[in-house]
Amino acid sequence: MRASLFITCYNDTLFPEAGHAVVRLLERLGVELDFLPAQTCCGQMHANTGFRPEAFSQAKRFVQLYRDVECVVIPSSSCVAMIRDQYPGLFEELGNEELRTQFAILLPRVYELSEFLIDKLGVEDVGAYFPHRVTYHASCHGLRGLHVGDRPFRLLSKVRGMELVPLANLERCCGFGGTFSVKNAEVSSAMLDAKLGDVLATRAEYCTALDNSCLMHLGGALHRRNESLRTIHIAGILASTEEHPHEAAR
Amino acid sequence: MTAPVMDPRVAPPFPEAALHILQNAELRKNVAHATDVIQAKRNHLVAEKTDWQELRTSASSIRAHVLANLTSFLEEFEAKCTAAGGVVHWAADGAEANVIILGILREESATEVIKIKTMTSAEIQLNPALEAAGIETTETDLAELILQLGNDEPSHIVVPALHVNRRQVREIFAQRMGLPELSDDPQALTSAARSYLRKKFLSVPTAICGANFLVAETGSVAIVESEGNGRMCLTLPRTLIALVGIEKVVPRFSDLEVFLQVLARSATGERMNPYTSLWSGVTPGDGPQRFHVVLLDNGRSEILARRVERQTLKCIRCAACLNTCPVYRQTGGHAYGSVYAGPIGAILTPQLQHMQHAQSLPYASSLCAACYEVCPVKINIPEVLIELRAQVVNQERAHMARWSDPMYVGMKAANFAFASAWRFRWAQRMGRIGLRLFTRKDGWIHRLPSLGARWTMSRDLRGLPEQTFREWWGARGRSGSREAK
Repeated sequence: MRASLFITCYNDTLFPEAGHAVVRLLERLGVELDFLPAQTCCGQMHANTGFRPEAFSQAKRFVQLYRDVECVVIPSSSCVAMIRDQYPGLFEELGNEELRTQFAILLPRVYELSEFLIDKLGVEDVGAYFPHRVTYHASCHGLRGLHVGDRPFRLLSKVRGMELVPLANLERCCGFGGTFSVKNAEVSSAMLDAKLGDVLATRAEYCTALDNSCLMHLGGALHRRNESLRTIHIAGILASTEEHPHEAAR
Repeated sequence: MTAPVMDPRVAPPFPEAALHILQNAELRKNVAHATDVIQAKRNHLVAEKTDWQELRTSASSIRAHVLANLTSFLEEFEAKCTAAGGVVHWAADGAEANVIILGILREESATEVIKIKTMTSAEIQLNPALEAAGIETTETDLAELILQLGNDEPSHIVVPALHVNRRQVREIFAQRMGLPELSDDPQALTSAARSYLRKKFLSVPTAICGANFLVAETGSVAIVESEGNGRMCLTLPRTLIALVGIEKVVPRFSDLEVFLQVLARSATGERMNPYTSLWSGVTPGDGPQRFHVVLLDNGRSEILARRVERQTLKCIRCAACLNTCPVYRQTGGHAYGSVYAGPIGAILTPQLQHMQHAQSLPYASSLCAACYEVCPVKINIPEVLIELRAQVVNQERAHMARWSDPMYVGMKAANFAFASAWRFRWAQRMGRIGLRLFTRKDGWIHRLPSLGARWTMSRDLRGLPEQTFREWWGARGRSGSREAK
């Protein structure tokens, strides 16, 4: 199985350890992983903020870059949701038939990480070991955009040594919302406050998710409050084994 | 208490209005509690419907069909309603609707009207127009009465006084009804309202209502309500005026089968709403003998003409999107500066303002899509929000001042960087060097300038790692730990 990793712009820059974990995990499962260095961003930030022509150029770039690969793995549900939900409308508006055709052929081969593991590789037990108390935060784009359903739970429940604690109000947004966190910083912080209350009530050691964007939001506030609870991308947990425990967060 | 500004033309931008409300702990507690209760009821009753998704599909399809053929359904309604003895008026905007209604009231020599809750009348500022003409209005819906007596404004489409608790209601009633001994027991409060309103029902011969649905096939008007005040207003007065947005029409009487099911469950978490009133024109010797319908456009035709935004008009005003919205949960309705609050308000209000006011509202959402999931007519609110954001940015592009907006500059810079891998690598390096200035010994950033300060007001940011993923990958290839490709 060959797959190409689209790491996403913010994981590349801010959370390279999530990328390391994806590489370790997928190579351990026998995937021949490639990384196209020409990749940059899927265009989500521009599209969601209203910068549509700018989003067009990123979307076009993505399709042209990946049109010939066997499949694309993306460790971020919101970027996959951008591609699945917004690219069709963008290309329709652009009126570029060739691009639309290329995209239609590429789309079924674009996977979010948990989708790739379960739907493409057909594994639930990835052989991970993570001896900690963990709660799972459902990012909105994974939950309502991709409808990943119980895939993350199926993966996490097979991790040895791990205690998975349910998070109350799982379906409620953490308040990140990309530029929303800055444009409406006060409301975003109030939403975050409510989410943190639920996260801390789990008394977990780690909060995990499919998206580092939510985790950056939660983790930033946890650090501000000197909480010991840490955030970790789901790839970090799934990559962790007895021989190679996960890289400790700085 | 000072009334919140609910006119989108003069209301402060959403972040500013929200900031003010976020400091009101009591209001936020009231809103969170009320929405949690309604939402739990709604979820419970939706879960018991095994055909809920089919119902949603039907409701959505019927509404889409109506919008695609709106003119013919409205003309059919007009013909049927007129034949049944009603008088149909057409109002291009709010000002025209107010003039029409005032004209009818003058003809009736009315000095006083009773009203059933109608958000459309708040949309066109009907009450102030009536007051200015010397006509006294009494809101008969309990929540609207609380707001009217308390000099307050609606904060929710279905439960307008949801931000007020019973202790506050008691204070308003005790003062305005002259009942110093009144307790805050819900039954005592409703009894007080009941005797206050009963006098009005029995003495005022003119009523104003909205409508939940117009039926083209029969010329009927449908109103659903919970308190019976509507039934009083629809049967006792001599003259009845219905103010209705043009999008409220449904083709056939049998279509109500779908909408009455989804509306009650979505709006109040009930299997069926307590009172459903349906009437067609006038019936001699029974109910109001003069019946007017004012069909209001007020920007709706413009929305109808737009491909993505058109779905906004599918709305049946159930407010399920408000109850599930994590933003609304924090701010309540007044922050939206419009009678239409929450996710639906964030898309409807700026469009009703021809995108000339309320441009901050499309950004008043984290795009979490909880609204889309509960919407009984499947309005893809996030899609419309993004569409409207693009229009707001396009407005900004026309002005030189855009270059002093750090968000605009940042977006353009990011776009420049994302256009090629080397530019992106360069930007990553520059960012790493630049942020080092702000990174503390523990590797975290606690304070940033400009837009960054909006992040660090409540959140730290981990400093940029010394190696990006792509640098790691490149180094890994060279060190031979994986096959070079």
